[in-house]
Amino acid sequence: MSEFSVLGRRLPKVNAWAHLTGTALYADDIRLPRMLYGRLLRSTHPHARIKRIDVSRALAHPGVVAIVTGADMPEKMGIMPSTQDETALAVDKVRYIGEPVAAVAALDEDAAFEALSLIGVEYEPLEPIFTIEEALEREDVKIHDESRRANVFKEVHLAFGDLDAGFAAADLIRDDWSFFEGNTHAPIEAHSCVASFGGDGKLTLWTATQVPHYVHRELEKVLGLPRSRIRVIATPNGGAFGGKSDPFGHEFSAALLSMRTKRPVKFTLDREEVFYAHRGRHPVKMRLRTGVKKDGEITAVHFQSYLDGGAYASYGIATTYYTGALMTVTYRIPVYKFDGVRVYTNKPPCGPKRGHGTTQPRYAFECQLDKIATELGLDPIEYRLRVLQPANSRTVNDLRITTMGLGDCLKAVRKATAWDAKRESLPKGKGIGVAGSAYISGAGLPIYWNPMPHSGAEIRIDRGGGVTVMCGTAEIGQGSDNMLATVAAETLGVLPEDVHVVSGDTSLAPVDLGSYSSRVTMMAGNAVKDAGLKLRALLFEAASEKLGVPVEHLATAYRRVYDLRDPEKHLTFIEAANLAEGRHGTLVAAGSYKPPAGIGGNYKGAGVGPTPAYSYQASVAEVTVDLDTGTLTVDKITTAHDCGRALNPANVEGQIEGSAYMGYGEIIAEEQIFRGGLHKKPSLLDYKLPTSLDTPELVAIVVETNDSEGPFGAKEAGEGPLNSVIPAIANAVYDAIGVRFDETPITAEKILDALGKRDNRGVTKDRIGPDGLGEAKIDRATRRLAASTDARERKKTGSPAD
Amino acid sequence: MTKALTTLRVNGETHTVAAEPHHTLLEVLREELGLTGTKHGCELGECGACTVLVDGKQVLSCLVLPQQIGMLEVTTVEGLAKGPELHALQTAFAEEGAAQCGYCTPGMLLSAKALLDAHPRPTREQMADAISGNLCRCTGYTSIYEAIEKASRA
Repeated sequence: MSEFSVLGRRLPKVNAWAHLTGTALYADDIRLPRMLYGRLLRSTHPHARIKRIDVSRALAHPGVVAIVTGADMPEKMGIMPSTQDETALAVDKVRYIGEPVAAVAALDEDAAFEALSLIGVEYEPLEPIFTIEEALEREDVKIHDESRRANVFKEVHLAFGDLDAGFAAADLIRDDWSFFEGNTHAPIEAHSCVASFGGDGKLTLWTATQVPHYVHRELEKVLGLPRSRIRVIATPNGGAFGGKSDPFGHEFSAALLSMRTKRPVKFTLDREEVFYAHRGRHPVKMRLRTGVKKDGEITAVHFQSYLDGGAYASYGIATTYYTGALMTVTYRIPVYKFDGVRVYTNKPPCGPKRGHGTTQPRYAFECQLDKIATELGLDPIEYRLRVLQPANSRTVNDLRITTMGLGDCLKAVRKATAWDAKRESLPKGKGIGVAGSAYISGAGLPIYWNPMPHSGAEIRIDRGGGVTVMCGTAEIGQGSDNMLATVAAETLGVLPEDVHVVSGDTSLAPVDLGSYSSRVTMMAGNAVKDAGLKLRALLFEAASEKLGVPVEHLATAYRRVYDLRDPEKHLTFIEAANLAEGRHGTLVAAGSYKPPAGIGGNYKGAGVGPTPAYSYQASVAEVTVDLDTGTLTVDKITTAHDCGRALNPANVEGQIEGSAYMGYGEIIAEEQIFRGGLHKKPSLLDYKLPTSLDTPELVAIVVETNDSEGPFGAKEAGEGPLNSVIPAIANAVYDAIGVRFDETPITAEKILDALGKRDNRGVTKDRIGPDGLGEAKIDRATRRLAASTDARERKKTGSPAD
Repeated sequence: MTKALTTLRVNGETHTVAAEPHHTLLEVLREELGLTGTKHGCELGECGACTVLVDGKQVLSCLVLPQQIGMLEVTTVEGLAKGPELHALQTAFAEEGAAQCGYCTPGMLLSAKALLDAHPRPTREQMADAISGNLCRCTGYTSIYEAIEKASRA
């Protein structure tokens, strides 16, 4: 019998029933009396100075109640306190097509929409910058005046050990450039919020956000309203994946318009706008040099990343560091150097997408390891097993590692896929490939450096045996509400169905920093466990006296507090709770969690990378390439994931499968690309998400290592498994057709190009990918297009500039 | 624009609402009838989140006007359960973890219901085909197949 009564069982999520009966209230489902409908006017220029905004005609339009512009909210804001470079609505300048410029509130959506075309904005177009190369070199064009060098947002350099000596000791040095294309989250729910400013001078904002705490902070800063008068409620997110973890213009606009009109105001983005809100995967060019001995032992790694950040900071400083930080936690690396630079371009801001900043370098690294294994004549799985970073160790960049299940994951996928037999026997056009990866279970340091907990939780036991858990976590579909209920139920000895969860509400629940960096199970789970154990102690104390059983012999499960030696000797949970309440008063306890000290280094930049515990994963992909059409079919993806302990195995498998699906989409088709700064495919018809007909067979294997840092041993499950999937597919494509793809996505066109079948010249290639940073060529055709777009838009909106 | 009276049958009940004549079935369901279980993801017929059944067949409610369907029976997620009894698909989706964020779920359930009504024991291929117009960003579809299979055996 399991030592647990709730953990490890495939119980339905506590919030599943609301989803399945259509009663879950997402932000856009909220409708309040006298509510106004908001719409944003967005920039039609990639880079321009705003000379004048005239809202008089729009204000006179029937149904329009109020309009705000950037001048009404000039305070800088942004998720990272050190790099706040954004305003709620553009002030003086626009920096990408789709940037919000003005916000209208009207009696209905139609009136709000009509009013947008009546707002006259006079722009003075500025020269735009679209590529990493141009951004690095053009001193004459500044997207942000604050950039000291050209259009560099951030440059970081870290070095550990003697790089020259490391490479000198190598028998083989591989030097590869690669490019990971940008892509976006595309949650099915568009961003949405409702703001309501009451007669009491208090503001409530219901919003689809992953970070209610940071939205709370930024509302105070931008609106000048004390945080004590603001309540942010994170509604259930209809998917997020990192795309709802910044404060957004529509949230501030709704709040300010509600304050101005004293009426509730709702904003819901349309699908096209979601592509402009973005904050998705950074396009990254990478150079990776790795030295190895004949047996494959790594002697040195030098990694350089060039991130295309788009127009604003978002999490960019963390993203930049993340491209370098986690390279060291999978395989033994004795010497390591990392140089990262993130630049501004005139495109929607990039930010964190599932795997945040680690996905791109992991692609480069795992593809390169495959090349090394091939050159050394080693089996790719055997090779990785040989060079694993050990458990309970520190990496060269001073990251503390606790449990390390990568070896078990590699062995699990090898067995499950009959790897050894398939590597030998597959015909040309069919291939099998492997990759490993890792991720953090929450960042070791908070965004605002302070000594307060990263997560807090309160539990209350009512007189009928009901348990209410209050925690600031945001439910984004990852199952955080269920995790809270599961941990509380296990700790107190009730069932998840007895638990009521209040989450994401800054007034009702203690702060949890948010649903990002895969931190919730580790941090909120530990906070709930902490609160639960405090209450359990009170129950045991009361029960001990009543039953005459020493506290150390008491246990609780299935709504009973009982004697471990004689389980029939028991009190019901309600009896024990009522006794305890009689002795101690109302049964409420708070718990909190902060990562331990000493899990990272002391150097500048050491703040990004440490975590209480790393998750590990390995994927094997099996593919078929049609040699005539270039069509890549991924037949099957098998992923093993070390989640520490599966609190609910069905939910962990769901995260593994969902990650595999999302990674598959990134390498097969998804790309956030632009022409003249204009998004080329801002719709779900053109931006290709895998449908049920495209998605390969997905196999999830749960590996448990029982990490002492996690609540009951648990680590993250939501992000890591995406990372191993993408290089596994690229390596399988190489196995199938002998072509290395140092570039995503792998499209049929690129495959045909490599096979020499795209044109009649028949030139074949053994590799598709960049050879270095390109020259800062200014794409004249692109610029002409941008100019003509500007002219057309000016005409349409009747701008005085004409 | 002047509102017009529209009568429609939804989940076995007859409703007469005053709605803008250009408003879609999706808008009328959500805004006039308060049936917010039907979701909008794109309002362009690309994502399937707004799927309802009209006369038992899958329809994207963002692409039809109430006037087009007259008095044909509309089924939304709110009408899937029979009184207090949940539909077998709802139970199976919960048990298999087939709803993560839940946003595609109402449309997915109705597509699955149309499938099971036509093919009580569907193959995986039939399932993939039936839900191919319903994008899910969370699950990778695996648990959805498992849930449909489970419901088909119920």
